Amino acid sequence: MAIPLVDTDVLERVLGVAGGYGEFAEVFVEDRQTSSASLDQGRVEELSNGRDRGAGVRVVVGETTGFAHTADLTEKGLLAAAQAAATIARGGGGGVRQVALATLESHHSSARIFPHDVDKAAKVELLRVANDIARSEGGQISQVQVGLGDSSRHFVVANTDGVFASDLQVRTRFAVSCVASGDGGMQTGYKPLAATRGFEMLSPDVVADLARGAARQALTKLQARPAPSGELPVVLAGGSGGILFHEACGHGLEADAILKEASVYAHRVGQQVASPLVTLVDDGSLSGEWGYGAIDDEGQRGTRNVLIDEGILTDYMWDFLRARREGRASSGNGRRQSYQHLPMVRMTNTYLMPGTDDAAEIVAQTPYGIYVAQLGGGQVNTATGDFVFGMTEAYLIEDGVITAPLRDCNLIGNGPETLSRVDAVASDFSMTPGTCGKNGQSVPVGTGQATMRLSGVTIGGTAS
Amino acid sequence: MSELEDVARRVLDAASDQEEIEVFVSRGVETDVEVYQGSIERLTTASSAGVGIRILRAGAGGAQVGTAWAGSWDVDAVSDALAQARDNVRFASEDEYLVFARPDGVAPAALDLWDEGVAATPLDDKVAMALELERIVRAGDARIRQVENASYGDYAVEALLASSVGVSASMARTGAFLSVEAIASDGASDQTGYGLSAGRAPRDLDLERAARDAITRSTRMLGATRPSTRRTSVVFDPRTAATVLAIIGGALSGEAVVRGRSFFAGRMGERVASPLVSVIDDPTDARHFAASRYDGEGLACRRNVLIDSGDLRAFVYDTVSARRAGTSSTGSAVRGGIAGSPSAGVRALVMSPGTQSQDEIFAAVGEGLYVDSLTGVHSGVNPISGDFSVGVTGLMIRDGQLAEPVREVTVASTLQRMLLDVSHVGGDVTWLPGVAAGQTLAIGDLAVSGS
Repeated sequence: MAIPLVDTDVLERVLGVAGGYGEFAEVFVEDRQTSSASLDQGRVEELSNGRDRGAGVRVVVGETTGFAHTADLTEKGLLAAAQAAATIARGGGGGVRQVALATLESHHSSARIFPHDVDKAAKVELLRVANDIARSEGGQISQVQVGLGDSSRHFVVANTDGVFASDLQVRTRFAVSCVASGDGGMQTGYKPLAATRGFEMLSPDVVADLARGAARQALTKLQARPAPSGELPVVLAGGSGGILFHEACGHGLEADAILKEASVYAHRVGQQVASPLVTLVDDGSLSGEWGYGAIDDEGQRGTRNVLIDEGILTDYMWDFLRARREGRASSGNGRRQSYQHLPMVRMTNTYLMPGTDDAAEIVAQTPYGIYVAQLGGGQVNTATGDFVFGMTEAYLIEDGVITAPLRDCNLIGNGPETLSRVDAVASDFSMTPGTCGKNGQSVPVGTGQATMRLSGVTIGGTAS
Repeated sequence: MSELEDVARRVLDAASDQEEIEVFVSRGVETDVEVYQGSIERLTTASSAGVGIRILRAGAGGAQVGTAWAGSWDVDAVSDALAQARDNVRFASEDEYLVFARPDGVAPAALDLWDEGVAATPLDDKVAMALELERIVRAGDARIRQVENASYGDYAVEALLASSVGVSASMARTGAFLSVEAIASDGASDQTGYGLSAGRAPRDLDLERAARDAITRSTRMLGATRPSTRRTSVVFDPRTAATVLAIIGGALSGEAVVRGRSFFAGRMGERVASPLVSVIDDPTDARHFAASRYDGEGLACRRNVLIDSGDLRAFVYDTVSARRAGTSSTGSAVRGGIAGSPSAGVRALVMSPGTQSQDEIFAAVGEGLYVDSLTGVHSGVNPISGDFSVGVTGLMIRDGQLAEPVREVTVASTLQRMLLDVSHVGGDVTWLPGVAAGQTLAIGDLAVSGS
């Protein structure tokens, strides 16, 4: 599988030209193959295959980064991109630098069944299984939509500091969406499964579980009453709410926001920024998880980084270039959507370390509040710390018991303030896959946490 | 023959007697400049090209379709995509409603969406605009402590959609943008404000206005507190009103309706909104940034009145969803570039303007909440059930005037109720990037959740 995308001597010559203009140059070459299959209203609607191949070249001159990309992987095409990147970076000189790359540090996917080896009929069969199971959950299930996607992403990155590494990342994703119709209108259910693994992660049993989950969620929500408004205690189920930390502090701990002083967490290393129950980790080396990579998109090893240790801020997340300027090591958080994008500081798999409380006890000890079984996405303003996250399956807690289902709504809070209100963390840890958008680029991320409670957070519902 | 036609012809010539082929060919160039503290932080120039292919085969129980795409015009990449699309056909279910669009004789609007100014403006001038934007925001108010991002961007895209059954539609458009994010501080806390200007070429951009927006929006939020939980009138500014209108537009897609995923399903002809509300999708109006001559199937775009004085009058359809609904296409197919297949969607929504200015609306509302930014739209709005809950920042309205700033607050209702509760529609239509224009919009009785 490890067919070189571009010959080493070509990369050396391209870096030689690009590096002649500035203090740093990098070539990122990528070949991504994707496929998808979708079923809707009982019909297999469409199978699609796509392929994107190209290279991005960046040249750094002083504070300026010049970037150009091309789909032309010939030496001529790459040199043209290098020239363009150097020119727009306003590089002086134009001398050619001698660049010698060492042996390629090559990583491979641990997938057992690669996307291109999967029989398309087997994919279609899984779509049908999910559809049939979801519909068998009840006549009120009015719509079922099933999607399967996979990608095989092979890239090589080389720079004038001598980094020369490649990775092959295989990702697979399956999701079921249901609509249930009742007297009170329509409600939705949604269950995704996604991992940096091959087709082996899917089976009829696995997709049937997702289908049942999505259908039952939609059916349950038919009985949902409007969520309350105002501030209440909130219990987040294990695996439901890693997105809370992703938004409440994750983005604010990314070095780009920190260096521009556009984060409420700037200048706060060593300080208490959360409850002592909060130990937060970002770990790109968590094999198989949705945000996993053996290396990041700047060729740096994925590592486990403790961001908050028992409530004390320990470090930020760094990409290669910003770390290089600060004279420190990258934390392996330089990621890009594709060769057409510049890398940025991004989270990988971000999770709250499990605690010692008992999940059932946490609920039992909550007289009145909200139990969130599944969260949707969220959004944060890093400069103010204000963030929202949506709940897509939630219930009231009354006298320590989970009772009525609630309609979808957002919860709103302020990062440091909300994190100080974590007053219980259980041990039933699990991860959830998601897609993180930042400055127009989307990357796969994992979020995780065990059942936990916030002593108070504002619920954006309509009931008084 | 243009290069795009060349690539399309190569694909269409491969069609066998048993199949129909549709090909979408595109290419574009873009520039993106980000500046920080008086120098260029990042500068990107790029060109890209791609091909999307759909193949349809008719059978006894209906037609099947298969698709594939490639991010280049490379001969091998295109022929690989063709082979993949053909292979994918046989796995799709037969569908009696599935057809490729046939030319329907409607002529496209005479729109010129291409401005040579994008290509003709020297890169240095583009960089200078971004630098000037950052400079005037920093200098504009002593309380601006940081400009996190000031950028200029533009693009020029050409596309051709052609099929073996007679469609041939070529499209070309340019666009240019300036945007800036300011952080204001009063020593105790920070607030942010976003400014934007968009046009078809650099000369259309209003640098002063983008700067003023960022300054005003950030500084007036200083000292913001959480209001108490209540029910009140909410006045959306043109930007946030456009966001709300775009969400409603999603439910006006005939595709969402025939698939049972729209709260408008089964309500044709009924009163669904206040009589003040008329919603029109009109991509033939050149003032709209998303204006277009052709839709995503190569049929002419046209003006469709969807809600007329509160009554639901029409949905937008592409060819297939129209057949399912027993009607004909409204020229409203949209597609997400080379990798996307067509589906029905709104493209250029606008609400018929009222006569009141923003100040007149504040005066008429008396007490309420003025909203100038939304967060969590993707996580808190469900376009199928209609549940609506978003985080907002803005200012209270007291005695008919803007009063103290508020933050960390949500507003909630359902989209169905919000449409009926519209109490004032402003005359201040603002053309914005995206699928909807906006104007000041007052909605009575939303739940405001704070402390």
